Amino acid sequence: MALAQASLNAPDRELERFRFRVALAGVAVVAAFALLLARFFHLQVVQHEYYTTRAEDNRISLVPIVPSRGVIVDRRGTVLARNYSAYTLEITPSKVDDLEATIEGLGRVIDVQPKDRKRFRKLLEESKTFESLPIRTRLSEEEVARFAANRYLFPGVEVKARLFRHYPLGPVASHAIGYISRINKRDLEMIDDNGQTANYKGSEHIGKTGIEQSYEFDLHGEAGYEQVEIDAGGRAIRSLARTPPVQGNNLTLTLDVKLQEIAEKVFGDRRGALVAIEPSTGGILALVSTPTFDPNLFVDGIRSDDWDALNNSPDKPMLNRALNGAYPPGSTFKPFMALAALETGKRTPGQAISDPGYFNFGGHQFRDDKKGGHGSVDMHKSIVHSCDTYYYTLANDMGIDSIARFMATLGFGQETGIDLEGESEGVLPSPEWKKRRFKRPEQQKWFAGETISIGIGQGYNAYTPIQLALATAVVANNGIMFRPHLVKYITDSRTGEKTMIEPEPLRVLPWKQSHVETIKRAMVGVNTHGTGTRAFAGAGYVAAGKTGTAQVFSLKGGDYKASRVKKELRDHALYIAFAPADKPQIALAVLVENGGFGAQSAAPIARMVFDYYLLGKLPKGVAEEDEAEED
Amino acid sequence: MSEDVLHRLWRRLVEHLDGPLLLITGALMLVGLTTVYSATYDASNRLIAQSLNMTVGLAAMWIAAQIPPQKLMRFGVPLYVIGVILLILVFVFGVKVNGARRWLSIGFTRVQPSELLKIAVPLMLAWYFHKHEAVLKFRHFVGAGVLLLVPFVLIAKQPDLGTAILVGAAGFYVIFFAGLPWQVIAGLGVAAASAAPFAWTMLRDYQRKRILTLIDPTSDPLGAGYHIIQSTIAMGSGGTFGKGWLEGTQTHLEFIPERHTDFIFAVFSEERGLLGNAFLVLLYLLLIARGLVIAANASTLFARVMAGSITLSFFTYAFVNMGMVSGILPVVGVPLPFMSYGGTALVTLSIGIGILMSIRTHRMLVRK
Repeated sequence: MALAQASLNAPDRELERFRFRVALAGVAVVAAFALLLARFFHLQVVQHEYYTTRAEDNRISLVPIVPSRGVIVDRRGTVLARNYSAYTLEITPSKVDDLEATIEGLGRVIDVQPKDRKRFRKLLEESKTFESLPIRTRLSEEEVARFAANRYLFPGVEVKARLFRHYPLGPVASHAIGYISRINKRDLEMIDDNGQTANYKGSEHIGKTGIEQSYEFDLHGEAGYEQVEIDAGGRAIRSLARTPPVQGNNLTLTLDVKLQEIAEKVFGDRRGALVAIEPSTGGILALVSTPTFDPNLFVDGIRSDDWDALNNSPDKPMLNRALNGAYPPGSTFKPFMALAALETGKRTPGQAISDPGYFNFGGHQFRDDKKGGHGSVDMHKSIVHSCDTYYYTLANDMGIDSIARFMATLGFGQETGIDLEGESEGVLPSPEWKKRRFKRPEQQKWFAGETISIGIGQGYNAYTPIQLALATAVVANNGIMFRPHLVKYITDSRTGEKTMIEPEPLRVLPWKQSHVETIKRAMVGVNTHGTGTRAFAGAGYVAAGKTGTAQVFSLKGGDYKASRVKKELRDHALYIAFAPADKPQIALAVLVENGGFGAQSAAPIARMVFDYYLLGKLPKGVAEEDEAEED
Repeated sequence: MSEDVLHRLWRRLVEHLDGPLLLITGALMLVGLTTVYSATYDASNRLIAQSLNMTVGLAAMWIAAQIPPQKLMRFGVPLYVIGVILLILVFVFGVKVNGARRWLSIGFTRVQPSELLKIAVPLMLAWYFHKHEAVLKFRHFVGAGVLLLVPFVLIAKQPDLGTAILVGAAGFYVIFFAGLPWQVIAGLGVAAASAAPFAWTMLRDYQRKRILTLIDPTSDPLGAGYHIIQSTIAMGSGGTFGKGWLEGTQTHLEFIPERHTDFIFAVFSEERGLLGNAFLVLLYLLLIARGLVIAANASTLFARVMAGSITLSFFTYAFVNMGMVSGILPVVGVPLPFMSYGGTALVTLSIGIGILMSIRTHRMLVRK
């Protein structure tokens, strides 16, 4: 009723206005449709002849040509990833009536293993049916000939020449180089997001991890296309014109693959990581994570048993420990703590404490390694002999906020910005972090007692080996931090022009030079008359270092005896170092999971890496092996 | 007696339907079915699926037609609020498909909330103007503008330019018919023209590419230009009379991409020629004419602006789609009403027709 009245009472003028607009809209619609009809007339009458010819020419189809992927070499030109051409036997499922029968039949002509079938079935699940999928890769010439003779029996099956990726060194540096594998749906979205859809038409592989992933668009190249005449059934008859593809750009790494290989060898079957950085540029010399895996397994689609073996191994070979493992730094944290003490004015180098072998705080006794203590300890001695009590008191004096603030400037608890994807942040403990990390209010509170063990690199401290290596490099480089990177330059495949990845100074820390010198001297002391003495006895250069042992398992009371503890609960061994001490060319962090004492298992690895890098000396075991190979 | 029951049942069934609208929609659907058949018969036939879609569409149309405008008005606010909330959820939790975040996963299936807004936005705005009818001030137009802009921006950000344009247009038509002052319209026109260079920088790479390829499709023959090159060849080679049903070479050699969905007009045009196109345009013109007549004779402000907006929305769909296929508008994802394959759009469009019918047939009741 109310509505009716409203409309009846509505002024006629209002309705007239509305109707005027409706009429106007009608005119606009007619005009727009007239425009469309004019366009149709133009296309279908005026240009009809032209388009008829085009439609006939449209027996011409554009076939994309996949560019050859860029090659990856190390700093000396050793090839790490390359391509080779091989024949594959491929099936287009949508063109085949009975897939099982076809595969069965193929098996009578050429060798098709059960593993080939398994892989094919896996690919089938992941792809669209009109894609052609390989049932066999790397056919021999003879097999190609045999199939060609029987081709008429297998509609929808073709032999294709394809480029394959090959990693000549196999498992060496696989965590840095990464691997390519078939493009999946997620990759397609990424390609689309980057506006590369047209360029990837025809491409089947994409970088999944490592350099292959992070430099995907440099390595891929530009697709070309071929104009192919097709018959009424849509089959290609002959090629008419060709726009060649542009090969992907080549990458030259800062990595020294010989160094990498040696480092991986000296790890043996131990789990761990090593990151070696050139302090003056940030270039990564070695990025080790053991155990490694063979990236060649992934290229044609990994077999399921290989995948299960990699995935289910308790040693987690697919985990890049250098970037994604977070470990307490243990005593390798002490030089940084000492630097913090000097920079914040909490300690002077000469200021000494008396170490009774423990530090009491809040009714809890924090014990030192050495029973009875180190006696009178100044800063130099605290690093050389790795005195815990010195750092318990220091951490207590500095307070957690001050520690966290200083350590953040060294890059702890942040991504280092290395040119690989998926780097972990680790944990730089602070009251703010605790608030974010825990949900329950009673867990969120920071206790002063928790600060004490932070001082010796334990507690909530958890950093990635690359963070530790970077911080070491920054100290070696007197406070100038360069972004760690693996790629030295990119070579344009067309022009040959080299684009250098310039050393990028991330930050310049305004440390007092005398403070840095104090720390460096003490770190040299570690290797001459401290915990690293044995590992560096007789080295032909001066190396600065610091050993560390990180607790995996906290023993309540009682002494830690490695032999009594299960292997996976044994301490992690750590070592950080740079050399030569006066003009550092290499800085590194070594971590051996469950390796026990840093001095025993991590420092010798660093020694061998330095020996090779600085003196060209091969470690004993490796040298023998190399000779054996030559025989 | 049974005849009497049948008669009453029949009356009940057709009571709120509008003959001319039903006739035109039916004709469009039939043309659409034959074209979908031609576009898909050599791959995976969609004829049955599309028939089912149309059945569902017709049912939705009938139901929409039963709801009197006064009742329909009440859906405005809740539908709009739900729609905007869903859009925000899409923004946060949405599933990415082909690089755009448009879908919301609800366990067993995925929904595309932006579709809902095609109805909810005009409904909301029409309700809004109706509520303030007696005291309509300039600030109400500003308010309506904000109500329109929120979902528009959320959809454009997904990014889904096609749907954003449709929702934006539907909302703008409501504001226009509600009496947006001509000075403002002129001002908006000037502002839009001067903001064009700025908007250019806001577009995504692929959207820019689509506009550039409009000027020179050959610049990207494997990518965005491919659609336009192939669809204009299809149309042009169709000539005046067309190549005949099922005879289109462009179609059947699979040169036309998305040929059963957004580019179905290329298939139709190749096989039916200019005469077919003229007939199709005439059908749309008749549909729009009928819609505008319904709007002009509607009895309340709500009904008027709603009918006007829905009708012009049909125009937008048809014009943008045919313009895109014939190469005078950039490629955006807008289906051709009642022709393109796909259930969602079909149901939305059918509900639109249903609302028009309701406005038409409930007019008398209100007058009484």
